[in-house]
Amino acid sequence: MSGSWILSGLLVLPLIGALLILVLRGEGEATLNNARWIALWTTLITFVLSVVAWERFNPAEPGFQLIEQHDWFSHVILYKLGVDGISIPFVLLTTFLMPLCIAASWTSIQTRVKEYMIAFLVLETLMIGVFVALDLVLFYLFFEGGLIPMFLIIGVWGGKRRVYAAFKFFLYTLTGSLLMLLAIMTMYWTAGTTDIEALLRFPFTAAMQKWLWLGFFASFAVKMPMWPVHTWLPDAHVEAPTAGSVILAGILLKMGGYGFIRFSLPMFPVASANFAPLIYALSIIAIVYTSLVALVQEDMKKLIAYSSVAHMGFVTMGLFAANTQGVQGAVYQMVSHGLVSAALFLCVGVVYDRMHTRDISAYGGLVQRMPRYAVAFMVFTLANVGLPGTSGFIGEFLTLIGAFQANAWVALIATTGVILSACYALYLYRRVIFGVLEKPSLAGIVDLSGREIAVLAPLLVLTIYYGVHPQPIIDASAASIDSLLKGVGQALSLTKTAGL
Amino acid sequence: MNVTALSLPVVLPEAIVAAGVLALIFFGALRGERTQGLVAEIAVALLAAALAVVVADQREAAATFFGAFVDDPFSRFMKALALIGSLVTLLLSIDFMRNEKIGGFEFPVLILLATLGMMMLISAGDFIALYLGLELMSLSLYVIAAYRRNDLRASEAGLKYFVLGALSSGMLLYGASLVYGYAGTVSFTGTAAALHGHGSLGVVFGLAFVLAGLAFKISAVPFHMWTPDVYEGAPTPVTTFFASAPKMAAMAILVRVAIVAFPGVSADWREIVTFISIASMALGSFAAIGQTNIKRLMAYSSIGHMGFALVGLAAGTVEGAHGVIIYMAIYLAMTLGTFAGILSMRRDGAYVEDIADLAGLARTNAPMAFFLGAMMFSLAGVPPLAGFFAKFYVFAAAMKADLYWLAVIGVLLSAVSAYYYLRIVKIMYFDEPAKAFDRPGSAARVVLALSTAVVIFYAFAPAPLTDAAMAAAKSLF
Repeated sequence: MSGSWILSGLLVLPLIGALLILVLRGEGEATLNNARWIALWTTLITFVLSVVAWERFNPAEPGFQLIEQHDWFSHVILYKLGVDGISIPFVLLTTFLMPLCIAASWTSIQTRVKEYMIAFLVLETLMIGVFVALDLVLFYLFFEGGLIPMFLIIGVWGGKRRVYAAFKFFLYTLTGSLLMLLAIMTMYWTAGTTDIEALLRFPFTAAMQKWLWLGFFASFAVKMPMWPVHTWLPDAHVEAPTAGSVILAGILLKMGGYGFIRFSLPMFPVASANFAPLIYALSIIAIVYTSLVALVQEDMKKLIAYSSVAHMGFVTMGLFAANTQGVQGAVYQMVSHGLVSAALFLCVGVVYDRMHTRDISAYGGLVQRMPRYAVAFMVFTLANVGLPGTSGFIGEFLTLIGAFQANAWVALIATTGVILSACYALYLYRRVIFGVLEKPSLAGIVDLSGREIAVLAPLLVLTIYYGVHPQPIIDASAASIDSLLKGVGQALSLTKTAGL
Repeated sequence: MNVTALSLPVVLPEAIVAAGVLALIFFGALRGERTQGLVAEIAVALLAAALAVVVADQREAAATFFGAFVDDPFSRFMKALALIGSLVTLLLSIDFMRNEKIGGFEFPVLILLATLGMMMLISAGDFIALYLGLELMSLSLYVIAAYRRNDLRASEAGLKYFVLGALSSGMLLYGASLVYGYAGTVSFTGTAAALHGHGSLGVVFGLAFVLAGLAFKISAVPFHMWTPDVYEGAPTPVTTFFASAPKMAAMAILVRVAIVAFPGVSADWREIVTFISIASMALGSFAAIGQTNIKRLMAYSSIGHMGFALVGLAAGTVEGAHGVIIYMAIYLAMTLGTFAGILSMRRDGAYVEDIADLAGLARTNAPMAFFLGAMMFSLAGVPPLAGFFAKFYVFAAAMKADLYWLAVIGVLLSAVSAYYYLRIVKIMYFDEPAKAFDRPGSAARVVLALSTAVVIFYAFAPAPLTDAAMAAAKSLF
């Protein structure tokens, strides 16, 4: 099959980069720079390769493409890769954010640089793997394997309470995932295969769907994160180094939403419909409650972390509305949030690198010394609010339309979240950027450097571009989402007729 | 199965070890104290030869001594594991014995004798052979535990192990005699046939005693009490040995007895095994959290891991046996690697065993920290490391056998146990460095690197191990 090596290439490339860094000798500045350059080039080449994959990808085709398949465990568990319209945006998001992360860590990481770069490259392989795996066990491997590098990134290069945050992150996610593992085993025995393509067609009985759905829910709800199992996220975000927060917010959180679309919705449609009220309830609690919590935060990263939980609430709400707008909006919201929250964490990183504090009260009046920074931060803040013309708007709008069709009350309550997000985001912006620059420590602060502009500019361009021209992402995923929803609809009408 | 009175090819590996150990006793007795290193090297060669014979063996399953000694794919697989455990322990012990100036040629000889007992135990086809193998193994282990006879802790460990071990042997013997009384035969297959698919109360009684005696040897709860003290008190190579080879043999015979001798009362023993399994997983997960001594921590860890392995046996199916076999193989690699790491913890010429001594190892000795870190993540069962697949197979078997609650409790407890493995990673990677360790011996480095390679690369080529384990599991049914 032509082009069938591309996805494996995406998985192998970062590992090659990690190996190259591993064999670097010495601790001098030159060696560290070499490590940084190798990491940057590796992630850039990976990005280019993912663009090639995107080029070869045919968006009109709803099924999986670029498929690659080999026997692995006892001819049942497969090494099978492929992408469809739902997964390819996330692959690109991952490969796009990675070079930015490496560049953002250029000067802020000064200790154990080689290990840092290796951890990020290994993490990239595992994250891409999550989105391209077409075998459940292989998926689980990548899904869980990502915990190891992330644990080390938070724990080694994190802030003061890094140990607590790293443990909490690891144990929360592990516990949730293990229940999913049991569900995976049950599917393996029931369907006799772990091939995702085959499982998507396998009719699980309604009684079984309930338990399987709950198993997957345990894992994805933690990863997402949904209220009330979101508490690991603020800790992990606050303590992680800037690039770690970017990856957490930009990609790791998306794995939960991706899992819901890939598995819960199409494989357990009956259970998804039955549990939708639960999801709605948790989603609107997340949207309203965590928005209120965000309002009173004193730590910039913590505020953005809570806002992430709220935004993920829109995603789950849209997903389980199970209509075209809802699901498409959820995918769009995830991609948009991947760009915007990543950019916001990078913005916090910019001032943190200068002042070494994330307390909102330590700043104020930055616009007078850092005009360019103020502009960038403003665009991302508005995108976070969901202002029309930014990518954030499209996602929230679509999910709300979707939810409105399914349940008007849910949509109504969720809309207040949009208002609340304006409150906390603009409040943050005012306290940090506007006002009089009166703190003496801020007098010498300098505006964005060339490197920082290079990191933020692509995000800024995409945020606005996808705000006014959403078609590329929507077109890419439309065919796959339509066929997914058609399958869900058929399954539901089948159970209804059987029930009558 | 082809049953003969005496067939030398069937017992060739045992013959090699038995002849070798007798020759070594003479050699050591004649040449005196200074020969320890040489005797150890010859012993390693003997074990390697036996291992080669076992691995190369492609013949049909056969039994000899009128069925008392069984040679089938299962026994070959488990024997290979036990031999690897003994062989690696001996390799690791050479440096330690020299550094700590523990003399005597008896140590390698005792390891060989214990290994011979294990091989006998794994191949046992009736209760008499089982008891002979078990006692040969155990008596050697009692002596090895107290090998450093001037050390108070080691003597205490040896004595404790002996008293409790003798008790458990007695229980096993009592149970076996009850079973004999009701079944009228000591052979496993004969017992199964005599029970006609259902057992009386007396048989179940005997079965419980037999299981209790064997559970002691794999240190499963509630027969685990000796483990932490013995692990901590014994010299580290001895602990390595206790944690590896005898566990393989005892688990092998536990699986064989349960499946081959008592298929008719499987509902009864599955219940017992389920209880032992949950209790072991729980104790291993919670009790290890507060430990400060790494050997003691590994003792609780091993209790927990035996619990996880027993999840497979609780399923009582081919898949379950397959899971147990793979679990033991992967556990062997992990435990040998970890103990090779512990044997590398030597500062200013003295061995240290506190977890805190590992502080900041990632900066003083990055490769060792990486290897040990991989071991810890694998022990915790995090994919894509081998430890994950070990747990995958046993829990998958439990799910297939409808033991949902056992599986749910098991995975939750495995998340608990992840905490203390992570704590070791945290100490190595997050904490400020302590003084660097001395350069580890070459044997420890090689073993650590090799086991890390096994743990990391197992996922890339799982077929050889899983296929062999499947053949082994099928030969039991």
